[in-house]
Amino acid sequence: MVSTASIAQAGARIDIQAVSHWFRQQQGGVLQVLDGIDLQVRAGEFVALLGPSGCGKSTLLRLVAGLEPATTGRITQDDAPIARPDPSRIVVFQDPTLYPWRSVWDNVALGLQARGLLKSQRGRVDDALALVGLSDFAKSFPHQLSGGMAQRVALARALVNDPQLLVLDEPLGKLDSLTRIAMQSELVNLWQRAGFSALLVTHDVEEALFLANRVIVLSDRPARITAELVVDLPYPRHRGHPRLAALRHEALQHLGLDATW
Amino acid sequence: MTTAGNILGAPPRQQPAPARVPVRRDARPAAIPSVLDEPAVAGVWRTGLVAAAAWLALGVLTVWWPNREVGFSDWNFTQEFGIGAIAVAIALGVVALLGARAGRLGRKLRPAGQWLVAAPLLLALWEALTAKLGLLPPPFFAPPQSLLDVAVEDWARLGLSTAHSLRLLAHGFVLGALVGFATGVWIGWSRIAGYWVHPLLRFLGPVPASALLPLAFFFAPSSYAAAVFLVGLATFFPVAVLTWSGVASVNKSYYDVARTLGATEWFLVLRVAVPAALPQVFVGLFMGLGASFSVLVTAEMMGVKAGLGWYLQWAQGWAAYPNMYAALLVMAVLCSGLITLLFKVRDRALSWQKGTVKW
Repeated sequence: MVSTASIAQAGARIDIQAVSHWFRQQQGGVLQVLDGIDLQVRAGEFVALLGPSGCGKSTLLRLVAGLEPATTGRITQDDAPIARPDPSRIVVFQDPTLYPWRSVWDNVALGLQARGLLKSQRGRVDDALALVGLSDFAKSFPHQLSGGMAQRVALARALVNDPQLLVLDEPLGKLDSLTRIAMQSELVNLWQRAGFSALLVTHDVEEALFLANRVIVLSDRPARITAELVVDLPYPRHRGHPRLAALRHEALQHLGLDATW
Repeated sequence: MTTAGNILGAPPRQQPAPARVPVRRDARPAAIPSVLDEPAVAGVWRTGLVAAAAWLALGVLTVWWPNREVGFSDWNFTQEFGIGAIAVAIALGVVALLGARAGRLGRKLRPAGQWLVAAPLLLALWEALTAKLGLLPPPFFAPPQSLLDVAVEDWARLGLSTAHSLRLLAHGFVLGALVGFATGVWIGWSRIAGYWVHPLLRFLGPVPASALLPLAFFFAPSSYAAAVFLVGLATFFPVAVLTWSGVASVNKSYYDVARTLGATEWFLVLRVAVPAALPQVFVGLFMGLGASFSVLVTAEMMGVKAGLGWYLQWAQGWAAYPNMYAALLVMAVLCSGLITLLFKVRDRALSWQKGTVKW
């Protein structure tokens, strides 16, 4: 077990106010990807962004992470504007993006090392590895891991920093369906234990409903919020619950895909 | 009835009863089959015996076939060379007869078996064409034993020349590699350096370093300094270009991840860009090492009064061709040895990439 003292920390509150975003295109001209997004992620809340691929969900995550500034609008974390990346908001990408020249342990240690905390807090790396069940693979190199294991390392690398917000950009998108189901439950588990806020981008309706308190449905590009589904079910949830099925139908309706229901 | 009628009228097909797969509930893995055991090397090593015979033949031919008279005193060390070959033959014969009992030495020699047969045959051919038949005339051609002669008579000068070459190479290569690496990282990382330095590198870099020889000897305070500069320059260019291309082609999401984890600019350069570019850097070092050999020898022939290049020049001046062959042989051993060393370092540094990690 992990000492909860080292991990638990209050989640961040994120306010996204009237955010619109444009890209300058290579061949000239601009492309609007976000259109007036207003959204609040409450402290400790799990919010999922659901939308068709290429609609701009991932862009919104990059803005929240501080990797790029929004063209217009305001994004704040606990009332402080977000201007640059900060270890209190960690992103887990669709690709695990592990550094192939670093062992699993060194990959997880990267955040602490970058902030000069590694010498004093080595134990946290071991804790994070234990949390995702990969203590035995600390000395392995990324090419020796399966896709699911690699993504768990990426999660450990995020969690070791005690993030107040975990930004998840389709983190399970490339996993096989069995691993995916297992990882979804693990993710809920970690979130409940650690108490961070989470912002998840996905185009898997079932995943969004299984994980999140609220599911925000986005339109095609430029992305606008078209619906908000509140998933009022306690955790751990059960995939076969009739309420989830009903919400799933509703979500598909909002996405214009309910013909197959 | 038509086929369609047949199908339509047919009763619904029965699902065949599923064949039951035996389900194993015990988790004990099977014993390792004996096929996977290490193959035992048993009996006499036949190729080894053939090799021993070939070495014996070389020795007999050298000792008992008299050298052809060529108007000056006989080739030294003919007897010693022949006896040496016979000694090798005896040693190989013993190892071959012992077979598996020869232990580690036997196992190490086995893969080289066919080379051990070919080498004495080639040496015998060389010996016959030079010392025995005189078809390849002295002094331009020398028999194998003359290399022994040089090694014994002139080892001091040859050794000193080798040491001088190594020192010059070490100074030039290390300097060129360091500056090249730093330059590559700099232009790969900094936009300003990319704008100003990269075009210069592309324009001046391909000029062969040896073309700058006269200029370097003119400007440099000593011929040694000039040679270090030129060897360094030859190393610098490939290292700089490949380091730059390595740094420039790093996966951008490596930077994104590190930045969200709180990495500073320095951290991104030293802990992300440089390790990611390392495979390319080693290609640059390999190319730089090859280029530096060539410049080294040229510089030593042109102005530096020491080293293997100078020795070659000197030997040619005295028509001491055996000495020249000996120097070339030393050079071959030196260069291939250094490249092997570089590859060993690379394999160690990039073990994460090759997948041969041991722990």
